[in-house]
Amino acid sequence: MTSQSRSLRLVYVWEKPVRLFHWLNALSLIVLGVTGYIIGNPPALMNSSEASFSYWFGINRFIHFLAAYIFVAAWIIRLYWSFAGNAHARWSAIVMLKKEQWGEVFRVFMTDILQVKGYDTRHSAGHNALACASYLVLGLVSLFQVLSGFTLYAGMSASWFPGLFTWVMRFFESEESLRQWHHISMWFFAVFLIFHLYIINFHDQRERKGLFSSIFNGFKVLEKD
Amino acid sequence: MNAKKPLPGKLQKRLTLWEQMRSHGHSRRDFLKLCGWLAAAAGIEAGALSKVVHALETKPRPPVVWFHFQECTCCSESFIRSSHPLVADIVLDKISLDYTETLQAAAGHQAEKSLHDTMTKYKGQYLMLVEGSVPTADGGVHCCIGGRTALDIVTEAARDAQAIVAWGSCASNGCVQAARPNPTSATPIHKIISGKPIINVPGCPPIGEVMAGTIVHLLTFGRIPQLDSQGRPKAFYSRRVHDTCYRRPNFDAGLFAESFDDENARKGYCLYKLGCRGPTTYNACAVTRWNEGVSFPIQSGHGCIGCSEAGFWDNGPFYEELPSFPGFGIESTADSIGLTAVAAAAAGVAAHAAYAGLRRKADGEKDQDKGGE
Repeated sequence: MTSQSRSLRLVYVWEKPVRLFHWLNALSLIVLGVTGYIIGNPPALMNSSEASFSYWFGINRFIHFLAAYIFVAAWIIRLYWSFAGNAHARWSAIVMLKKEQWGEVFRVFMTDILQVKGYDTRHSAGHNALACASYLVLGLVSLFQVLSGFTLYAGMSASWFPGLFTWVMRFFESEESLRQWHHISMWFFAVFLIFHLYIINFHDQRERKGLFSSIFNGFKVLEKD
Repeated sequence: MNAKKPLPGKLQKRLTLWEQMRSHGHSRRDFLKLCGWLAAAAGIEAGALSKVVHALETKPRPPVVWFHFQECTCCSESFIRSSHPLVADIVLDKISLDYTETLQAAAGHQAEKSLHDTMTKYKGQYLMLVEGSVPTADGGVHCCIGGRTALDIVTEAARDAQAIVAWGSCASNGCVQAARPNPTSATPIHKIISGKPIINVPGCPPIGEVMAGTIVHLLTFGRIPQLDSQGRPKAFYSRRVHDTCYRRPNFDAGLFAESFDDENARKGYCLYKLGCRGPTTYNACAVTRWNEGVSFPIQSGHGCIGCSEAGFWDNGPFYEELPSFPGFGIESTADSIGLTAVAAAAAGVAAHAAYAGLRRKADGEKDQDKGGE
């Protein structure tokens, strides 16, 4: 495709647990978003039979709660792997404590978002630093959704797990207001999805590192230094 | 009369309920029947009836003072309509109600003296029932009784109270006068008083039987009932209106009334889409119901407005499933804000793509092949 010859190397970036997390997370988020939206705005799917003959709204809620558990399980895998995994998966890549990392956030912002020339474009092999920052926000919003969601669920569940979260109510006036925050936070994921898909496509087109396929097979194609 | 002089006999010798009933000519049978009633109202299991009987035979009736601050007296109205046990019995005979602005015969200085006598004579023994919130703005001047602020009165009375019951949403969470912007800084009792057992009995008003049941529990056992995290008696506030609602099967089946006038509303479908707050409201309405068990809002075709939940006035409009979002104006729901954010994100992405395309054209094909490298 390119006219220049590039000397390339294959780098194993995304280990299996990271990829597993990614797809479990993506799947459960989409299911949670759709079923959650339906809980908030149920469509008028009417029939003339008595209520005891159908249960679709109950099933919709059941799927929402089930997906929530999968979502939590996926995050537990990912959190474990942020201590056990390779350098790209480490917590230190996401929770940016080093000055260089913030420098990279700035460079990535200038080159990729504002598309200004003259900055070093050799970003990290794994996530670039700006992406890491966005994943940190994703993680925090996800944490809030887990806390608020299971708190709301606790009132209707006999299980011990949702009961672990009831302390969250101390910070909210009522369940109705907590429900509001739970609802509006869902839209963050919709916005995230748009940015995420677009920017991956943008990088894949421009850099040709096999970014799309990397989340399936784990490998990126990088230039030799 | 000042506190140094001997107090009247009524205040000096406190009878037990049994003694008091006997002196009024009631039989043992009457007494036992009442005990059964009271136990049922307080949610006490049948096996523990003997405890109730024993307590009411041996424990003197606690003196009670009942305050009214920023409120509409709907709690009192509800209370005097509780039917099981007959409230007339509770208020006028079974508890020794020494002070209440609404129902007492005394007025003015006499009333204030009665309050003072009770508080000094029965230090640490009287029950303090509070209806209404307490304004704290501007030194508390927005609610004054007998020339003193509610804040002053409540602080003084609470000091020597055995326990405090906060009647209704006003006293438990501030209700309408604490709704944004809360001009008088209306404050619920539990945020003013600390170090005393406080029972919150929210609702606008609370159900009469729930109020009576709470009092009965205090009378019977002399200690506060089991409370939830928000200080409400678990016997009445541990279940959601939604989970006890007779329309619940319609919710699970996805059968919703779309408007109050449609065929679905007539069929008695779930009122969720018309703003029913049953799913986030903890109360006994669907179980105990109102006015001798006649009905409750949902049974009468109107959604629950969540009147026993803190901040329910700020989670309106009452007839919208999604309340308007705080800080974004009246008509903004979580979804309208979310959709705007999604549209803005899409526009941002489109602008970025267009700009990238322009840059590529300007830089020429060669540069583009190099890409980001």
